[in-house]
Amino acid sequence: MGGESTKVISKEELWGGGQSPFSVSYGKMMMWYFLVSDALTFGGLLTAYGFVRASSEDPWPIGEQAFRSLPFVEGEYPLIYVALMTFILIVSSVTMVLAVEAGHRNDKSGVIKWLGLTIIGGFFFLGSQAWEWSHYIHGSGGSFLLNESVEVTSDEGQVFSLNKGDVVYMDHHFGHLAEPWIEGEPEVSLIESDHGVKLVEMGAHPHEVELHSLTLNKYINNESHVSGDDAMKLWNARSESFSFGANLHDNEYASQQAYADFFFFITGFHGFHVFSGVVINIIVFIMAYRGVFERRKHYEMVEKIGLYWHFVDLVWVFVFTFFYLI
Amino acid sequence: MERDDLIVNDSYALNAHHSEEEGAKIRRNTWKVTGILTLLTTVEVIMGIFFKRSEAFSWTMIKWTFIILTLVKAAYIVLVFMHLGDERSNLKKAVLAPYMLFIAYLLFIAITEGFGHLGNFNAFH
Repeated sequence: MGGESTKVISKEELWGGGQSPFSVSYGKMMMWYFLVSDALTFGGLLTAYGFVRASSEDPWPIGEQAFRSLPFVEGEYPLIYVALMTFILIVSSVTMVLAVEAGHRNDKSGVIKWLGLTIIGGFFFLGSQAWEWSHYIHGSGGSFLLNESVEVTSDEGQVFSLNKGDVVYMDHHFGHLAEPWIEGEPEVSLIESDHGVKLVEMGAHPHEVELHSLTLNKYINNESHVSGDDAMKLWNARSESFSFGANLHDNEYASQQAYADFFFFITGFHGFHVFSGVVINIIVFIMAYRGVFERRKHYEMVEKIGLYWHFVDLVWVFVFTFFYLI
Repeated sequence: MERDDLIVNDSYALNAHHSEEEGAKIRRNTWKVTGILTLLTTVEVIMGIFFKRSEAFSWTMIKWTFIILTLVKAAYIVLVFMHLGDERSNLKKAVLAPYMLFIAYLLFIAITEGFGHLGNFNAFH
């Protein structure tokens, strides 16, 4: 594979000047050095994440629980979506290896085919990430903080003594109407009765939704549902602090902001790498198509961008483990 | 400026060619590694969905299995997909040595400072 790198060269000759001691071209060596420094950046970010998480006194949301939806499918499937993203990236890494291999045989049509598939894989990954971000920003029902201490029994029969400032999660349908109600939209109003509470939306498409149940410890292990009169107790103890979805100031997933900050920064930084990788791949694809490398008689450029693309995959392997699994 | 990718004489890139048979061997190896990576990811996902919540396995065990599987995957990607395994050993060392230092530093900092939030800075003394 390595060509020159497998050649036996004596030490004197190797360091005697006139050739690279590493037996790689300048461009490839600099790509390796860039990747070394870039990996240290990601290493630093993941380390910071680990330290902040370890020193957090509040419960930390579990990655797989915060992302348990699938597009076009109802229900909860923790981890499946992220696993799918991982698989897409691994496959696009494989097609890149095959593009590099085709380049070593000066096989132009092979390079174009495999590089094209790599670009498609990159777009799939970016699309998945966009969906995940939008889902995360949108949230799934929202949450509010309690204004006083309450004791409730969950549907599973467990007794919870909750304090002021504890988080309670609303279900998707109720939260969907609660958001405009909190924001003071005149068309949405709250109706309380002896049995429960209803949000009613007037206007062109009138509909109403009842408070069925509230959730405790959502996104953390052993989430519990509270319904009926106990749910009313929680609702009546609500404070003005409502959160819907996530942004850079506020998020419904955790009482501390650090989780969302790290999520946006690490996956955003990685997604930016994927995006620039796709752009570079497209440029090299066009160059290969126009026969630039054929005239050069070698496809080393494909090898160099291949290194970058594999690196993106490599980083995702670590993000997947430390953000979603652990 | 001289562009190394354009030099025809004494260019390392030009030597990085291989024949059809060598190519077939590399392709076989690529598919094999693809299978291994997919298998390891599947194992991680299955562990994440089913074993993480079960009482039968301790969290420490699961966590370390995740980390070891991740390192195995990373090694396959770097050594086979990025062909670092086929490079000269001095390039291998130049790339991997910074991480050995980084890991040693991380272990040091985690052991000496990692208990600060517990209000006990002398956990190891």
